[in-house]
Amino acid sequence: MGYKTIIEDDIDILVAGAGLGGTGAAFEARYWGKDKKIVIAEKANIDRSGAVAQGLYAINCYMGTRFGENNPEDHVRYARIDLMGMVREDLAFDMARHVDSAVHQFEDWGLPIMRNTKTGAYLREGRWQIMIHGESYKPIVAEAAKKSADKVFNRICVTHLLMDEAKENRVAGAVGFNVRTGNYHVFKSKTVICGAGGASNIFKPRSVGEGAGRVWYAPWSSGSAYGLMIEAGAKMTQMENRIVLARFKDGYGPVGAYFLHLKTYTQNCLGEEYESNWFPELQEMVGKEYLDPEASHLTHRPIPTCLRNHALISEVNAGRGPIHMVTMEAFQDPHLEEIGWHNFLGMTVGQAVLWAATDVDPKYENPELTTSEPYVMGSHATGCGAWCSGPEDVSPDEYFWGYNRMTTVEGLFGAGDAVGGTPHAFSSGSFTEGRLAAKAACQYIDDGKGEGIRVSDDQIQRRKEEIYKPMETYKVYSNEVVAGSVNPNFINPRQGLDRLQKLMDEYCGGFGVNYMTNEKLLQIGLKKMATLGEDLEKVAAEDIHELLRAWELKHRFLTSESVFQHTLFRKETRWPGYYYRGDAMKVDDENWHVLTVSRRDPDTGEYTMEKAPLYHLVGDEEG
Amino acid sequence: MPTFVYMTRCDGCGQCVDICPSDIMHIDKTLRRAYNIEPNMCWECYSCVKACPHHAIDVRGYADFAPLGHSVRVHRDEEKGTIAWRIKFRNGKKDMDLLAPITTKPWGTGFPELSEEPAPSNEMRGGQLLFNEPKYVRMDEGDLHTLESNGLKLKEGVYY
Ligand SMILES: Cc1cc2nc3c(=O)[nH]c(=O)nc-3n(C[C@H](O)[C@H](O)[C@H](O)COP(=O)(O)OP(=O)(O)OC[C@H]3O[C@@H](n4cnc5c(N)ncnc54)[C@H](O)[C@@H]3O)c2cc1C
Ligand code: SF4
Ligand code: SF4
Repeated sequence: MGYKTIIEDDIDILVAGAGLGGTGAAFEARYWGKDKKIVIAEKANIDRSGAVAQGLYAINCYMGTRFGENNPEDHVRYARIDLMGMVREDLAFDMARHVDSAVHQFEDWGLPIMRNTKTGAYLREGRWQIMIHGESYKPIVAEAAKKSADKVFNRICVTHLLMDEAKENRVAGAVGFNVRTGNYHVFKSKTVICGAGGASNIFKPRSVGEGAGRVWYAPWSSGSAYGLMIEAGAKMTQMENRIVLARFKDGYGPVGAYFLHLKTYTQNCLGEEYESNWFPELQEMVGKEYLDPEASHLTHRPIPTCLRNHALISEVNAGRGPIHMVTMEAFQDPHLEEIGWHNFLGMTVGQAVLWAATDVDPKYENPELTTSEPYVMGSHATGCGAWCSGPEDVSPDEYFWGYNRMTTVEGLFGAGDAVGGTPHAFSSGSFTEGRLAAKAACQYIDDGKGEGIRVSDDQIQRRKEEIYKPMETYKVYSNEVVAGSVNPNFINPRQGLDRLQKLMDEYCGGFGVNYMTNEKLLQIGLKKMATLGEDLEKVAAEDIHELLRAWELKHRFLTSESVFQHTLFRKETRWPGYYYRGDAMKVDDENWHVLTVSRRDPDTGEYTMEKAPLYHLVGDEEG
Repeated sequence: MPTFVYMTRCDGCGQCVDICPSDIMHIDKTLRRAYNIEPNMCWECYSCVKACPHHAIDVRGYADFAPLGHSVRVHRDEEKGTIAWRIKFRNGKKDMDLLAPITTKPWGTGFPELSEEPAPSNEMRGGQLLFNEPKYVRMDEGDLHTLESNGLKLKEGVYY
């Protein structure tokens, strides 16, 4: 094809994907590794890449120990009740004890954080959230990363990790192609910090046609963090733990500030509160440990998000939809009204566009809410991702193998969505995890663990052929037909994505089946996934842009396969409202009070599944 | 709400191409101007809209659920450190101007040069602290939280 091979050698730390996790990693790496070679390979332009591309109006994870607000363990308890117990509490505690120091630095760097004029503390949206004018959140953290890195390669789609040929199960860098020039890029590196983000668009979205890009998580969140790590044989955890969001209909505008700051609330089509009606039945399903409205009322213990979703879904199924967000009261206050709009403009502009287009003025009309299609990501209220080592001073043996945030592949670290079992990290927590991973990666190198990596020309050549194969396929077969996109020898990336989404929706519990699945459905789904996998060997790309889509699709496919395997393995309905196992509709703490861990054999593609023990943080009062 | 480009305003400078996270703003080879090549992969993130020096890019709500006739325009100004929005409803009843800060410092200043910071001690390397810690955790002399300091332990499989 005539594309050049460009080799970047002797890298110490390669950051693959520089969103919030990756920028945190690149930034911090320079402090611990003054003379180390730090390189970023990013699919887009780090000034506006990842989930925070359009900004954020809140930082959702901030302890505020400085203002006497919360301790790290408070946050761990919050995350674990929200996730029905399934949290890597060592990682969560570690993130929480460092997260404030990241936020304080953001403020130094110029990020406008709102202050409570009375107390002088940061303005709280809720117990964990602080409000910011965050339109430029991403360009600001990108600036910090750019200052630290030796080189930033924008527009490199990383397709595979390189594996060391001197030592088994050790990473040796990554490869990819430049989305603009088409050139093949090889990064030989002692360590890789994977920050390539979560997965949108693996389940069929509610939006259709031109609107298909209107998803909650960014459409460019291609599951690459998972695709890259799974392919390299890293163990994954909690991949069944997808998230469904209750959001403003069609625009998916965030609701956090509305609920917490503007004090809006929901009601059914009759104008009634409905949520609590569903709780008695739900308590039967999940048990009193997880849902105890009375205790929640007394102690402000939150009701898990999935259970609130369950109430919304059930109410709509009972024929009392739509569910409305009652904004008409709050919006009478011009200050709150302004905040309501700013909240969208700072992070989901499309919602403002939609209300302007449909003449929905929330001051005079209560907008509709809906539940989204599921998403697989590990930094918001979900814990999908790689099975990583925790910090030495916190983690029990089962959770510790030497280097914080290192996956089960040596030298391969994760941050943000990439790391499993750490929900509620959000933007600030993802950045913090990047910092933790960077420090550990420097230590790994200083300990000599990255010495003597060997990457043969053969491996480099083999990957090159693999990467450009979709273009080759197109060239060979496209002229067999007169014109158009229908070809008996290949599918294009869009066609493959449509098939993946339909399959995930129908067999793995998407919105189209009311989030329901069971063993039989999952097994049929996996069979269909296998043939889709075969067809993806024949995916065709007309140009470099389509080649990008082809590789995004392959990463989404690997992510989805893992989601299928995990969902099949966990024989219970742990998170009603996120998904249901129709053949095991209850929470089953006797058998499933555990974390799920998988590994895909890189040679055979076979999955092995195991249960890992769940450790809970207990304080004196809880003995 | 996918983007589109006004023919008479675009000069083909490529700023939007450079910034779009979805890689969908491309330059049309014959017209030498930018356009959105894949509207159904557009997140209406406005990154390109903000980046265009000629305000040549606008957004028209997704055809499948947004009626025509609305407008959400933006002007982002790094010098002034502000972003200005104007929202016009389809029925003309609402026309809002909203302004927000994007930074508190002159753009691009305020970042530490980590390579010039004093090197961390071996003790710090072996411990749990990150750059600027413990100071930046609480902005005082307090130390990092540990299980011990907070009276905690990690215990297997307990309920709560
Ligand atoms: C609508 C919305 C609202 C949110 N609201 C809040 C909020 O109010 N407060 C809050 O704190 N958090 C919020 N979050 C969550 C926050 O954005 C994420 O938790 C955080 O961005 C995750 O960080 P990450 O580094 O894992 O992923 P990302 O920030 O998404 O970064 C992933 C990076 O990897 C790159 N990449 C992907 N694939 C490849 C590849 N193959 N090769 C190279 N590079 C690749 C991407 O381009 C991107 O730069 C919100 C997210 C969304 C979408
Ligand atoms: S709005 Fe965002 S996704 Fe859409 S074209 Fe512009 S930069 Fe790309
Ligand atoms: S940034 Fe504006 S002027 Fe430049 S190519 Fe894009 S649309 Fe045209």
